[in-house]
Amino acid sequence: MTLLNITALEAAYGASQVLFGVNLSVAEGEVVALMGRNGMGKTTTISTLTRMMGMKSGDIQFGGTSLNRLPSHKAAQLGIGLVPEGRRCFPNLTVEENLIVAARDGEWDFEKVAQLFPRLKERRDQLSSSLSGGEQQMLAIGRALMTNPRLLILDEATEGLAPVVRQEIWTAIRTLKAQSGLSLLVVDKSLKELASVADRAVILEKGRDVWSGAPADLTADITTRYLGV
Amino acid sequence: MQRETWINLAILLGLILVPLWAVVMDEPFTITLTTKVVILALAGVGLNIALGYGGLVSFGHAAFFGVGGYAMGVLASHAQSYTPMQIGALEVEGTKSMLIIWAVAIVFSGITALFIGALSLRTSGVYFIMITLAFGQMLYYFAISWPAYGGEDGLSIYVRNGFPGLNTLDPIQFYCICFVLLCAALLVSARLSSSSFGLALHGARQNAERLEAVGVRPFKLRLTAFVISGMITGLAGALFADLNRFVSPTMFSWHTSGEIMIFVILGGVGRLFGPVVGAALFILLEHWLGGISDFWQFYLGLILLAVVLFARGGVIGTLAGREVAHD
Repeated sequence: MTLLNITALEAAYGASQVLFGVNLSVAEGEVVALMGRNGMGKTTTISTLTRMMGMKSGDIQFGGTSLNRLPSHKAAQLGIGLVPEGRRCFPNLTVEENLIVAARDGEWDFEKVAQLFPRLKERRDQLSSSLSGGEQQMLAIGRALMTNPRLLILDEATEGLAPVVRQEIWTAIRTLKAQSGLSLLVVDKSLKELASVADRAVILEKGRDVWSGAPADLTADITTRYLGV
Repeated sequence: MQRETWINLAILLGLILVPLWAVVMDEPFTITLTTKVVILALAGVGLNIALGYGGLVSFGHAAFFGVGGYAMGVLASHAQSYTPMQIGALEVEGTKSMLIIWAVAIVFSGITALFIGALSLRTSGVYFIMITLAFGQMLYYFAISWPAYGGEDGLSIYVRNGFPGLNTLDPIQFYCICFVLLCAALLVSARLSSSSFGLALHGARQNAERLEAVGVRPFKLRLTAFVISGMITGLAGALFADLNRFVSPTMFSWHTSGEIMIFVILGGVGRLFGPVVGAALFILLEHWLGGISDFWQFYLGLILLAVVLFARGGVIGTLAGREVAHD
């Protein structure tokens, strides 16, 4: 069953249009990789669907509800959890407080987040600004999970992290896929890891969705043409 | 225990020992001075909720201080002249009961804060500062042009209002009332800061957009904090009017807003006991520097400049260290 359905989405920063009719869907329990080179509209698509940014035209349906006119806090309350690019934890709150701020009723609580990321339990009383980049990323994912979302969006969740930490984050994402049944929309630069975890991939090129299919069908020609690898 | 907790306990102990010493030494002026510190600290505790926890730089908190003061003044003046208030077809008796006056002060300053907050919180930054200032000044000029209650000259209340079982004209007994209310406000402030509401408020100050992304609307949070903040400052206004047995439009003026803000900045923005230390320092400096020079505000300005430049966590922040959550 389709959880998120975006149709002909157009968005602009002032006079500068960035999205030119993006179509994107995510089914219940599905993991979708949103791919594309820098500046192709991935983060703008995410900002628009989470209602952090206005849209020019198009339609966003989530769980049968239109998000077109909703403010971002209402979209989050409906079950869209976002792990933003750059993590953006609340710097002067402790790890536990960062999680409490986001908490809503549901299966995800502090203990369950701590099972996924045991390091957060060790650091529970530390200010989030004193955490390493990897730990802050874990906290950002934990904070989004504490909202008990139906769709978790990870925007560049492994960017700028050491390879070992990056593997920890990918392991967590695989655990989420295997155990939670959450729908995931993942944006990342690591093609290999994305292909291993995603059920489906969508490629954006200059604000349009230009390819969609199973990761196994990503041929060298497609990746060279659209992803530059 | 954290260093800040020890400092807070020492301040609390000081607020108990100083008036006790004054009683023993028969120094009623010192008790009155400490009472003033406690009342102004209460106003600062109110502002600290909006400014320190919510990051709302309100330059109009004198509005709530004044509303609290006038709630006392209006009710007590009708009680002392034995003339009821005429509100439409209703006749309302005045009162000399502190408990009723506090309740009226809290309710009316809360309603004022709700109105001012609902409009001004739609803006941010310098616009928020200017709108809150404008509301404060509007009430100031309204009070000046309100002849029924003294206009520019203000209102004198001849006898301090009453509290069941206490002689409020005795300085130490009135001090005890104010001290207990300050402790209650500090308890509310501490509880609020560590509650999930308070954590979200801190989050709104640090990154409002991120807070929205986890499903919390910052406007509602900030408005609630602003109203609670206004209510506490309003209560302080009622006590201040009772201390002086006098209310005047000065309570509404931007000078008063600035002074309350100075208490918070001097003591430490967002620190639980910051406004208490700030108010104590301000009153002590006013008293001490005022005895040395007529231009005591100039020297106070220099001290404030030094705090802002070199001790950004205020006095508490300098003593306790900056690495404290929510700072």
